[in-house]
Amino acid sequence: MNTKLIFRIAKSLLLARWRQTLVAAVGVTFSITMFITLLGFMNGLNDLLDSLILNRTPHVRLFNEIKATKHQPIDLSGRFKAYHNFIKSIKPSGNSTEIRNNGLIMQALQKDDRVLGISPKMTAQVFYNVGEIDITGVVNGIDVEAESKLFFFQDYVTEGSYLDLKNVPNSIILGKGAAEKMLAKIGDVIQITTPKGERFPLKVVGFFQSGIIEIDKVQSYASIKTAQKLLGVTNSYVTDIQVKLKDMTLAPTLSKEYAHIFNSDAEDIQTANSQFETGSSIRTLISYAVGITLLIVAGFGIYNILNMMIYEKMDTIAILKATGFSGKDVNRIFITIALSIGFFGGITGLLCGFLLSSVIDQIPFNTAALPTVSTYPINYNLKFYFIGISFSLITTYFAGLFPARKASKIDPVDIIRGK
Amino acid sequence: MQHSTIIEAKAINKSFHDPITIPILKDINLSVNKGEFTSIVGKSGCGKSTLLYILSTMDTDYEGELLIDGISMKGKKEQDLARVRNEKIGFVFQFHYLLNEFTVLQNVMLPGLKLNKYSEQELEHRAMEHLRKLGIENQALKSATQLSGGEKQRVAIARALINDPLIIMGDEPTGNLDKKNTEVVFEIFQQLATEYHQALLIVTHDPSFASRTNRIIEMEDGRIIKS
Repeated sequence: MNTKLIFRIAKSLLLARWRQTLVAAVGVTFSITMFITLLGFMNGLNDLLDSLILNRTPHVRLFNEIKATKHQPIDLSGRFKAYHNFIKSIKPSGNSTEIRNNGLIMQALQKDDRVLGISPKMTAQVFYNVGEIDITGVVNGIDVEAESKLFFFQDYVTEGSYLDLKNVPNSIILGKGAAEKMLAKIGDVIQITTPKGERFPLKVVGFFQSGIIEIDKVQSYASIKTAQKLLGVTNSYVTDIQVKLKDMTLAPTLSKEYAHIFNSDAEDIQTANSQFETGSSIRTLISYAVGITLLIVAGFGIYNILNMMIYEKMDTIAILKATGFSGKDVNRIFITIALSIGFFGGITGLLCGFLLSSVIDQIPFNTAALPTVSTYPINYNLKFYFIGISFSLITTYFAGLFPARKASKIDPVDIIRGK
Repeated sequence: MQHSTIIEAKAINKSFHDPITIPILKDINLSVNKGEFTSIVGKSGCGKSTLLYILSTMDTDYEGELLIDGISMKGKKEQDLARVRNEKIGFVFQFHYLLNEFTVLQNVMLPGLKLNKYSEQELEHRAMEHLRKLGIENQALKSATQLSGGEKQRVAIARALINDPLIIMGDEPTGNLDKKNTEVVFEIFQQLATEYHQALLIVTHDPSFASRTNRIIEMEDGRIIKS
């Protein structure tokens, strides 16, 4: 009942100066609108850029790097055991990029609870034969189904069908850039030369566009069986095992664990793409900073308006106190005023922010580098709306705090006797 | 006759300390009984208003003891004092202090809503009763700004009455009014005192007003010289 009364008084005070109230609320609305739009747009962009790389990157990649052997002759000498030795003479030998025992490794990984899925891969360096000249290229042999399921391979196949890669024997999906150089169309048969000098005809069943032009000029995809045939190796030959985890943040620890258990090299996504994460977090930080700055400015506006209201309504405050309203009640009245400006301004801001976001979402955005998008990306995460309304309430609460305290401290005797 | 004394002031002293200590009230002893229509008179600056604000609990910066309805006000919290004012004291000031944002009826109901003793319907009914008693029931739904000075003061009296206070305190309630309205307000006070046995304590410098009250307290230089 008392709360109801305080709301009633706050409401009538607000409506008595509705123009000022409106200006204050519009300030909040504007800042929340910009906050929501900015965060939605920035995060949409972040998601897009992340997916460009992160979706396609395994969380942990197991591979064997060609490198000098760890145990160099000097380590065998007892004299230098306690030293840091840098004299190295034994060079890498043997074709060691194959992951040995990969069948067992994959079985072990599939049993691991933390793993969402795995996809084996092998890469083969080849030459595309275009008329008289050869262009260097890379053929990735993939498990088509696993690759589509885990790494959204199908999203990047812009023409043709990705499943044909599995169904049509000796088929290839060419990078868009490579295809343009070769003047290849779907259904054409192209010739490639393997590192061992053999010529190999492959049927083009599709084109893919990764969004990164340099990659599209070089890379192409074939099924893992076709790739194994290209290199003339057995069907257990695999150079990479790509692991997708249920929780990406575990990648650094798991990559160390796997490297140890399986005695191979392992790279986690955080190390491989650290620059992307930095970019994303800085963009997010900037949008938060701008949004909060706008809100603080709006908060000062509310502070001013409440202060003015208190000077104008001295008499009202005095008589309320004389007739039995305590300082606390008066305080609550002014806090209520501030919070309702924040609440209604904030809600309207959320709505306007949503509308503005949807408008931006409709603006065409076509770029050759990004085959999967046709309009500007927007992230409609509810989290931003929640943060937006919380910020608007918190800012207006603090904006109202000092004026409300001042109002509650007004001595009615001073006002009444001053007349 | 246990509660016949409504307000009792014992040895109240008050001084202003800025920039030098000037005593305002010196050893005030006073009691007001139920149904008494009392006026406080004295020259400007004799401390009569200051005394009223101390008796009303709004001014707490004094020495001595104040009992309202037998309860000491010394050391009470601001919130409790507000409650005492709300429940036991009605105010009429020189200026009406009506809230322009509300209608006349709402203005009258406001202290009652704060007290929260009666339901809103009942309170509205009671407020209308008071307005009728004061002859302004037809103005009830108007905004406070649309009333004449005399009418505003009557609304202020109705507001003072809404919680059935023990006492009504007035600080020059007729100070801003013309002769005719002064007469109207005085008659209302007298009617309240005689018909409803309402205690009133009115500060005034109008001798003709004071002379018609039951009891006159005369002050000079911070002391009561006659009561």
